[in-house]
Amino acid sequence: MYNIPGSVTTPASGASPDKAGEGAEQADGVRTARTVAEVMAQSQAGDVLDELDRELVGLAPVKARIRDIAALLVIDRLRMNQGLQAQTPSLHMSFTGNPGTGKTTVALRMAQILHRLGYIRKGHLVAVTRDDLVGQYVGHTAPKTREVLKKAMGGVLFIDEAYYLYRPDNERDYGQEAIEILLQVMENSRDDLVVILAGYGDRMETFFQSNPGMRSRIAHHLEFPDFVEGELLRIAEMMLEQQNYRFGPGARETFQEYIAHRIRQPQFANARSVRNALDRARLRQASRLFANPDKELTVDDLSTIESPDIRASRVFDLGAAATPNN
Amino acid sequence: MMTNPTGRLTQGQFSFLPDLTDAEIALQIEYGLKKGYAWAVEYTDDPHPRNTYWEMFGMPMFDLNDAAGVMLELKSCRSTFPQHYIRLVAFDSTRGVETIAMSFIVNRPPVEPGFGLVRQETNGRTMRYTIRGYEAERAEGERYRK
Repeated sequence: MYNIPGSVTTPASGASPDKAGEGAEQADGVRTARTVAEVMAQSQAGDVLDELDRELVGLAPVKARIRDIAALLVIDRLRMNQGLQAQTPSLHMSFTGNPGTGKTTVALRMAQILHRLGYIRKGHLVAVTRDDLVGQYVGHTAPKTREVLKKAMGGVLFIDEAYYLYRPDNERDYGQEAIEILLQVMENSRDDLVVILAGYGDRMETFFQSNPGMRSRIAHHLEFPDFVEGELLRIAEMMLEQQNYRFGPGARETFQEYIAHRIRQPQFANARSVRNALDRARLRQASRLFANPDKELTVDDLSTIESPDIRASRVFDLGAAATPNN
Repeated sequence: MMTNPTGRLTQGQFSFLPDLTDAEIALQIEYGLKKGYAWAVEYTDDPHPRNTYWEMFGMPMFDLNDAAGVMLELKSCRSTFPQHYIRLVAFDSTRGVETIAMSFIVNRPPVEPGFGLVRQETNGRTMRYTIRGYEAERAEGERYRK
C-alpha cells in the first residue's frame, strides 16, 4: 500500500496487528512502544486525562471509568505491538444523569481521549437529537439517520435525550426505524464510530427496557452523580476565572449561601444553574458600574463580582420563605 | 483492438493501474476529504465515453470527516449493482471551481468487451465514424451478465 503525499498515517489505523505496528514505525520513526509510559507519551492521552482531572470538578465514578477505558486501550496497543491478538473493544456508552451534570462536556473530552489513544481516527463529536435522526414521512428516516452516521464516522456520535427516539404510545413512529439502523451500524462498524447515548436516568431506564438490543450493545453505562455544594462553588470559581472575573470580598460566601438556597428549589440544574446565576450576577455588576457614569473604572472594578450583585437574587427571598411571591 | 487496448475501460484516474484495493480507495477518499471535497458514488452499465453523467447512488456526501462513511455507501452500492461500473467522484465547491476534482472507477463488471467502431459511408467517399458499446446492444439492466 502506498502513502499519499501529505496524508497523515495515524497509529493503529488498521485493524490487524502487523499493519498497525508497521504504521506506528513509519509515523514515529522510533521503535514500537513496549511500556505503558511510552504509549502514553506517544499518544499524549495522559495530558487529556490530567486535564480532565483538573478541569472537571467531582464526577469521581465517571473519571474512574474513563481511566479504566484508557488503561484498556493502552494495554491493547501494547499487545498489538507484541503481535498478540487485540480485539477492538466495544466502546459505545450511555451517560445518564440529571441536567447540568456534565454529560456533554465529558462526551467532548471522551472524543479527544479516544482519538489520542488511536481508537477513533478523527476525534470529532457530532451531537444530535431526535430531530436529526428521525424523518417526517415514510422513507425519510433511513437516509437521514445514515447521513448523520456517515458524518460521525471516525469520531463520536452523541445522541442527546436518546429516549425520545422511542415513542411507545405511537407504534408507527419512525423512531424505531432510526433505532434499528443505529443498532446495525453500532454492531457492524464498531471501529469506525463510538455512539454515546445521553439522557436523564429514569427515562433512559425505560428506554433501555423497551429496547433490550440497545442495552446489550452498550458496554459502558456511566452514571453522572449530582454535584454537592462544595463542588458547585468550585465550578463557579472556575467559570469566573475562565471569563476573567473573580469574587470580591465576601462574595464567595454569599454565593455559597446562594447555592445552599438554590439547591433546595425546584428545577435545579446543577452546573447549568450555577452558570446562569453567574450570568445574572454579571448583569447586575454591569448595571452597578453603569449607574456611575463619571467614575474611572480600573481592571479590578471591571472584573470583581461583589457580594450585593449576588445578594440581589430572588433566590434569597424565596429561600427565606418570608415573601414567597416576591 | 483499437478501441479497447487494455481490455478494460479507461476513464478517470488510475484506470490504467490494477484495481485499487479498499484500503487504497480509502486513502484516496481521505485525501479528497482533507482537500474539502464532497464525495459521491455513481454507477452505470452504459460507460460510453460521451455518457458523462452516471446515475448517482444516494446523495452526495457533504461534511464528512472520515473515509469510512464513503466506504459504507460504496459497499452498499456494490452489493446492489455488483455487475455495474461504479465510480467515486469528488466535488470541489471552491468558488470559481465548482466542479468534479477527482473521479475514479472502483467497480467493474467481470468481462469488459469494450466498444466497436461503426463506419458509415455518406456522400462521395466520406466516412462517418461512431463508437458503440458491444454491451449497449442489450437492454438496460441486462448488460454485462454472463
